[in-house]
Amino acid sequence: MNNIIALVCGVLFGAGLTVAQMVSPNKVLNFLDLAGTWDASLAFVMGGALVIYIITYQLIIKKMKAPVCAQEFALPEQKNVDKRLITGSALFGIGWGISGICPGPAIANLSSGNVKVIVFILAMTLGIFVAQKLANKV
Amino acid sequence: MTEFTPYSALIGGAILGLSGFLLLLLNGRIAGISGIFANLCFNFSKKLNWQICFIIGLIIGPLLTSPFGFSLPQSIDISWPAIIIGGFLVGFGSRMGSGCTSGHGICGIGRLSARSIIATMCFMSSGIITVFVIRHVLGV
Repeated sequence: MNNIIALVCGVLFGAGLTVAQMVSPNKVLNFLDLAGTWDASLAFVMGGALVIYIITYQLIIKKMKAPVCAQEFALPEQKNVDKRLITGSALFGIGWGISGICPGPAIANLSSGNVKVIVFILAMTLGIFVAQKLANKV
Repeated sequence: MTEFTPYSALIGGAILGLSGFLLLLLNGRIAGISGIFANLCFNFSKKLNWQICFIIGLIIGPLLTSPFGFSLPQSIDISWPAIIIGGFLVGFGSRMGSGCTSGHGICGIGRLSARSIIATMCFMSSGIITVFVIRHVLGV
């Protein structure tokens, strides 16, 4: 059951990214280009997503002891803001600004068979690997 | 130039929010793509069935919206160096910072997590600065 739910949620996520056109790197880059050809559309994507998530989280999830089809909520436990969070997020943003692609849209673009998408995902996987290696050493 | 599309953006965003809500409500999981993908690639100790299913869904999703006029871009006119350097930094940074646009930007802010609000402010500002430097300082 959990797998079917995850599949449906994945389909919704991929559909949402496509309808919102976040799968288009140019759309993303123009959103980030405040001083140039600014396209505010992606602010509406985030707005739409947050309205739904904040309301349902506050009104429904917060009152539940456990999810409907699982034993417990697997929520991140870390609460402190540290250097890793800030440095990592800043580096992520630089990569996002260079390419116009983040992990969700990269994977959602796979069915196009575009070589650039595949190479992006390989480079991203290498980045993840290096970050994990460094984290294990510290 | 890209066309300003507030309605489809809002609807697409709402679908993303709904996906994240359902995954949390039913499975108790956060829809953070970088985390799901990283676990799938490098965490061999756990059973990862739901993560595999989610990623398969993510790949299928865009195929289902194309009959309604929403499809993937036909070509990606981002340069090869940008694809490779950008891809590496996106992977490295999202892992180091424990999340990306989905996990921090939607689910984390959606739970009003201080960490995610700060992370999102960091990657939004560094993304905006990066595009400014590339397009308006370097003029690429």
